[in-house]
Amino acid sequence: MSQDFTLYRTMLLIRRFEERLLAEFSSGKLVGTTHTCIGQEADAVGIFSVADPDDVVFSNHRCHGHFLACGGDPYLLAAELMGKATGLVGGRGGSQHIHWRNFYSNGIQGGIVPVATGMALAEKEQKTGQVVLAFIGDGTLGEGVLYESLNIAALWQLPILFVLENNHYAQTTPVEKAVAGSMGGRFVAFGIPTWERETADVLEVRAAARDALRHVRGETRPGGLILHTNRFAAHSKGDDTRTSQELARIRQFDPLTIHAGRLAAGECEKAEAEVAVTINDAFARAEAAPTPMMNAE
Amino acid sequence: MPTLLDRLNFALHHAMQSDPRVYVLGEDILDPYGGAFKVTRGLSMEFPERVLTTPISEAGIVGVASGMALRGLRPVAEIMFGDFVTLITDQIINHAAKFRWMYNGSVRVPIVVRTPMGGRRGYGPTHSQSLEKLFMGVPGLKVVAPNTLGDPADLLLAAIADDDPVLFAEHKLLYTRPLLEQGSGDLADYSVISVGEPFPSYTLRFAFSHQPQVTIATYGYNFELARAAALELLMEHEIFAELVLFSQLSPFDVEPLAESLARTHHLLTVEEGTLTLGWGAEVIARVIERSNDLSRYYARRVAALDLPIANARALEEAILPSREKVVETVIELVGSDL
Repeated sequence: MSQDFTLYRTMLLIRRFEERLLAEFSSGKLVGTTHTCIGQEADAVGIFSVADPDDVVFSNHRCHGHFLACGGDPYLLAAELMGKATGLVGGRGGSQHIHWRNFYSNGIQGGIVPVATGMALAEKEQKTGQVVLAFIGDGTLGEGVLYESLNIAALWQLPILFVLENNHYAQTTPVEKAVAGSMGGRFVAFGIPTWERETADVLEVRAAARDALRHVRGETRPGGLILHTNRFAAHSKGDDTRTSQELARIRQFDPLTIHAGRLAAGECEKAEAEVAVTINDAFARAEAAPTPMMNAE
Repeated sequence: MPTLLDRLNFALHHAMQSDPRVYVLGEDILDPYGGAFKVTRGLSMEFPERVLTTPISEAGIVGVASGMALRGLRPVAEIMFGDFVTLITDQIINHAAKFRWMYNGSVRVPIVVRTPMGGRRGYGPTHSQSLEKLFMGVPGLKVVAPNTLGDPADLLLAAIADDDPVLFAEHKLLYTRPLLEQGSGDLADYSVISVGEPFPSYTLRFAFSHQPQVTIATYGYNFELARAAALELLMEHEIFAELVLFSQLSPFDVEPLAESLARTHHLLTVEEGTLTLGWGAEVIARVIERSNDLSRYYARRVAALDLPIANARALEEAILPSREKVVETVIELVGSDL
């Protein structure tokens, strides 16, 4: 199986998983809220194709793609989203608050960043050789505790990669109304080397992530990876205020379309078929799973 | 007797000696300064690799501590003044205290956040408060306050050994106080019963007591005021008081208090946080909830006025609890059902 096929299939898995989720909300099988990463799949897939399987990940409210790209089981995630006892955290966390092995997520902008920074300190002190990947977005740049964390990570030379996915909108607020100055300059100010790409090409993300992770792991220093990307779907479910022209414009930068050109004949169809089986199985088993019992412990 | 400061400092040294996973981090904690209140004195000389001085980044400090704890270490964070806990609220409530339950018990967050609370030093509105009340009732978090009766070293070591986050609220005025010695000095006339481990509650009864008339519940530094008030009530007003002293404020066990109240029927709570929606309100509510005979229970609270704490001594004294306020309130309380 070629690497290009694997990258494509993982991106497609994320895309179809997220689409299925939105459909399940519409049909009433899911309640609450969710944040999909449709359009941003190249980020997670490119990064985790070159990260170490034992690296530590702290993700945010938009975490499904990160989880699936780093090897998480779609069934465990589907069960969690459906509030089932067999979900990742027994239905207690839902979409934004999951934990599996070395993967953590939480729904507070900025608040996760010092926690991830402390994790990097622990990995360094215990000489595990693992690094931490902390996922933030353009919206996170408004949170002060992010800058406390960048400062501490740089002062203490901690092995953490800050991945900034700029999808140009914090919920409905365009980046022009929320972020002054330069994104890269924020990292430069703390002396944190940064790799910056504006791309929907998974191979470009992969190459940048490889360089960034080599620096973080090799030098035991923090790094920044700024990825300018596009979110095709709403912030959560039905809250998209962007114009149809704007949506049509950004949909030109589809990581699946870009990467499909590199596949052999029939591989796209093969990926679709495999992913459909995986997702149908995940959601069917999740739907049949038991609901959790209340337990204060 | 050693002071509270001596014992807290000893506990930190002991914890770092006995467990290489213990780290201490905070602002200005390196020697020779050794922390604003000297609790960390000598630590950085002995353990230079595991004592981390930080920028002025309270949220960062506690967040970093949580991350360390999630990945196998046991950090103790110092927040220089208790007033600054407002800056760590998100890290405590939405992160440290939440992770264990939210992640279905798959993680532990063994952090201790130590911080000096309290006034009477003339430090004014932003360096004198007792803000521990803001953290009581936060699920997943223990709030513990040392006092002069138990050994503060035992409390701090137990907090460090605890698998869950602990907010350890130290009162500034206690640092230089010598610990009490049971059976002598201030405690000579008391019998002391300890309930609960490792953060016990204590019930103090006059050994020669007739029918006790009031129970004074308190914690931390206000135990000093309550003790002085109890002595004055006895000597000058012939009112016998029992004292119930809490070490663990949240969550807490109301039983020792209920047991005392079954004898006295009159409860006074004394705290240094502001009155409204405070510790005493919850304590009284819990006592009432478990009682089947409300008509026989009487309660009052002594707490700080609902104001910022003023800088001027006369104003600060007027705002904070005092021995006099405790005495006056007890006299009024005990007379209220005559």
